[in-house]
Amino acid sequence: MKKTLFDKVWDSHVVDTVPDGPQILYIDKHLIHEVTSPQAFAELEERNIPLFRKEQVVATADHNVPTKDQHLPIQDLLSKKQVEMLSENCEKHGVTLYGLGHPYQGIVHVMAPELGITQPGMTMVCGDSHTSTHGAFGTIAFGIGTSQVAQVFASQCLLLSKPKSMRITVNGKLKKNVLPKDVILYIIAKLGTNSGTGYFVEYAGDVFENMSMEGRMTVCNMSIEMGARGGMIAPDQTTFDYVKGREFAPKGEEFDKKVAYWKTLPTDEGAEFDLEYEFDAADIDPIITYGTNPGMGMGITESIPEQDDPTFRKSLEYMGLKQGEQLLGKKINYVFIGSCTNSRIEDFKIAASYIRGKQKAPNVNALIVPGSQQVARQIKEEGLQEIFEAAGFEIRQSGCSACLGMNEDKIPAGEYCVSTSNRNFEGRQGQGARTILASPLVAAATAVNGSIVDISAEVETTEFAS
Amino acid sequence: MKKLNTLHSTAIPLPIENIDTDQIIPARFLKATNKSGFGENLFRDWRYNKDGSENEDFILNNEDYSGEILVAGNNFGCGSSREHAAWALEDYGFRVIISSYFADIFKGNALNNGILPIQVSKEVLNQILHEVDNDPKTLLTVDLENQELKVESTGISTAFEIDSYKKMCLLNGYDDIDFLLSKKEKIEAFEASRTLG
Repeated sequence: MKKTLFDKVWDSHVVDTVPDGPQILYIDKHLIHEVTSPQAFAELEERNIPLFRKEQVVATADHNVPTKDQHLPIQDLLSKKQVEMLSENCEKHGVTLYGLGHPYQGIVHVMAPELGITQPGMTMVCGDSHTSTHGAFGTIAFGIGTSQVAQVFASQCLLLSKPKSMRITVNGKLKKNVLPKDVILYIIAKLGTNSGTGYFVEYAGDVFENMSMEGRMTVCNMSIEMGARGGMIAPDQTTFDYVKGREFAPKGEEFDKKVAYWKTLPTDEGAEFDLEYEFDAADIDPIITYGTNPGMGMGITESIPEQDDPTFRKSLEYMGLKQGEQLLGKKINYVFIGSCTNSRIEDFKIAASYIRGKQKAPNVNALIVPGSQQVARQIKEEGLQEIFEAAGFEIRQSGCSACLGMNEDKIPAGEYCVSTSNRNFEGRQGQGARTILASPLVAAATAVNGSIVDISAEVETTEFAS
Repeated sequence: MKKLNTLHSTAIPLPIENIDTDQIIPARFLKATNKSGFGENLFRDWRYNKDGSENEDFILNNEDYSGEILVAGNNFGCGSSREHAAWALEDYGFRVIISSYFADIFKGNALNNGILPIQVSKEVLNQILHEVDNDPKTLLTVDLENQELKVESTGISTAFEIDSYKKMCLLNGYDDIDFLLSKKEKIEAFEASRTLG
């Protein structure tokens, strides 16, 4: 039988099938962080269950950490307790932790790929919905709840029904200044915020084939924003080159053997999907969102659509925007470049390519939050730090930061923030904060201009991009 | 996990679509390291004004409405995987959520905490919302064994789907850990049999 990439990886991890019920799926790698793991550790202890495969668990502290003065004790006592509890739990159960101050610490979905923990053909889970990021490697990766974190601790498995399959194909040449973020925001705007519920997505076509691993991660990261549990891209030479030589990647002959296996993973010619969509790359413009779910996106020069339903009206009321309104020229006081969606070195190179030699507008607070300690070092070593600092941007230390505003990095009520993160939900970046999702390039241009500008009309700026 | 079999209750209507888990429980309340007490902050930013006073327009602050059933708009529970959303709903006292669509992760989290998500068609959802909205005393009956939801005032019954394994868990109060631990030998045999995948 012809199989999809998803079928091949899923089927090779099925331990058993419950008659008339779910399947037992084996999990290769389990990533954990401070916010969604304490109750799972507590459950193990209450029930006196040992951690089954501690060497397959990797921990970091990211959601709830300050992005300033990470060498000092955490000021917020509840955050401090949560981060300390992660350290205690990891020590007690023998789990590797890249905590605050460790050179490998970072947002879980930035840290794991850059260390080579993420590899094609694996199953990976984490108590975080953006675990879909790792699908960029041809990995089945998805977010789980804390009860499931405890299940994986106890058995290295989960009980799941196999999702349906969807393929989204984008072919053609992307327009100038259209980035992977724009591609995924476009897809979500076209299909809607719950179009992927019950499905696992494969992204196919030359747009994804020609994308860097960083770009593929941005795309797969936001699969959950259309409701899909995860998204995958077939592993290819770009993937193998990225994985090769990384800290925890297989080495030498072992690597070659793995590559030979990984090459068997792409979807068979003629394999069938439950649902297929196709888009033309040439139709995609730089995208910004105007509402309170990631599906409410539009081309940067377009006007907010007119729609008469209470949820839509509530959303625009929250955003302080009107139907038919254009956002070009809208004054913006906050810009955030960071999050598991866009905080990799390539994202900052693209932002720097625009910012170089310019100044941020006086009204703008512009925050740069690297996704990991390694990215922070790259920003220094590759000369981006001078560019950002000369332009008046504030560079912080790594963490989830203003993407979810669990720490001090919040956007004030009523203020707009052009953000490279993944969710524009009400209050996501702080109570009353109004989020406009965009690419790192649109964010950089907004910071410099102090308002939303038509980046598609700008000259080529991607000299830094690989 | 609490068992669930049949439930007779009034319901609370919340006809907003795409209610995400950030609304159910905002991130700033995720700093707790246990599972209890989240109900206090359920729908926090809709339920309370900035000064901490109750928002009188929000349904949970309307004394006419109460019950263990929440009837919500399409695509309930989208966004973050935080199980705190399910803990908050459970802690507040909800045992059943009715919507025309549930996000995958939330659905799993709800079932793992003894909350039954019932998916109905948009038409049925609108009928129920209409009934409950008109009369807060409208009684609903949920019969998990027979997979049936009944609006007592109209007598209209709707069948609903649930995975038979999850149904068994909910009826008996079992959770997945017990089941997975009973499969330890199979899991170890699987590990031993693996080559490259």
